[in-house]
Amino acid sequence: MELASLIANVQGFTVIAVGIILGLGAIGTAIGFGLLGGKFLEGAARQPELVPMLQVKMFIIAGLLDAVTMIGVGLALMLTFANPFLSAVQSVAG
Amino acid sequence: MSTEGGATGYIVHHLTPLSVGEGFWTLHLDTLFFSAFLGGLFILFFKTVAERATSGVPGLAQNIAETLVEFVDTQVKDSFHGRSPLIAPLSLTIFCWVFMWNAMDMLPVDLLPMIGSLMGMEYMRVVPSTDLNGTFALSISVFFLIFFYSIKVKGLMGFAKEMTCTPFGPKMMPFNLLLKTVEELAKPISLGLRLFGNLYAGELVFILIALLPPIVQPLLGFPWAVFHILVITLQAFIFMVLTIVYLSLAHEDH
Repeated sequence: MELASLIANVQGFTVIAVGIILGLGAIGTAIGFGLLGGKFLEGAARQPELVPMLQVKMFIIAGLLDAVTMIGVGLALMLTFANPFLSAVQSVAG
Repeated sequence: MSTEGGATGYIVHHLTPLSVGEGFWTLHLDTLFFSAFLGGLFILFFKTVAERATSGVPGLAQNIAETLVEFVDTQVKDSFHGRSPLIAPLSLTIFCWVFMWNAMDMLPVDLLPMIGSLMGMEYMRVVPSTDLNGTFALSISVFFLIFFYSIKVKGLMGFAKEMTCTPFGPKMMPFNLLLKTVEELAKPISLGLRLFGNLYAGELVFILIALLPPIVQPLLGFPWAVFHILVITLQAFIFMVLTIVYLSLAHEDH
């Protein structure tokens, strides 16, 4: 039972960590994309002939915005399915 | 890896690579095979098109190749401010190769692993960009290229001066060095992790969709697959553009 409560402890904290990572990443990306899209639409309204060029640059910046969020998502998914902290507990106890 | 059954076992099974060796010298055979195979396809395609290129009405293959080359050429012309015969072919290779890696994610999740298990391979991950080894192989190679071209264009003294005297003057050398080192290291790390994170998340969502009852699968699977087409192309494009921009910065010679 001792081992079960240890594992439950680690898993509980991992779940909270995953939630925080995903949530904060989502907030950052959402705000960033909102600002980016807004500026793009403003620029497109002012100078419609620049839209193709602006669109390409928008996608480039979108990729940069996504980067750390996706790193966080990858890390969070790794924590969910291949948790190193859990395997540390299991290797010591089991 | 414990023998959990059910959903978690399925997911973990699909996330385990086919590897030999242990510790630092673990080789992910599936990543190696698929990246080499797709690279061979890329070379074969462009070689065939180049040999059969006609100045008359082009066929479909030639059209595709010309569109790709023109697209990459425009990007390089826009973003690269140096002189180098390497950049455009490098960009084309990176774009097409990364795009093909990512496109392997559009195959059904169980298809190739099932064929593999019939041939005796217990695990198989078919998308090389979901393997950190694959994406970091590309980004570390780009990092070496940045380093090489920085020294080649600026000279060893010029490179050292740039690393120690910018952005603040020569009086704050250790601080400048720290800042520039972090900035230079952030380039390959972010390149590799960005591609990895996007594709790993995409693949994992496909695996999770595969666990749903078959009636519901198309409802979620189809929109995600369509969105994923955008993500695939976008990530390959961003990897290429950032490579061009970093190499352009390395070629800067004030």
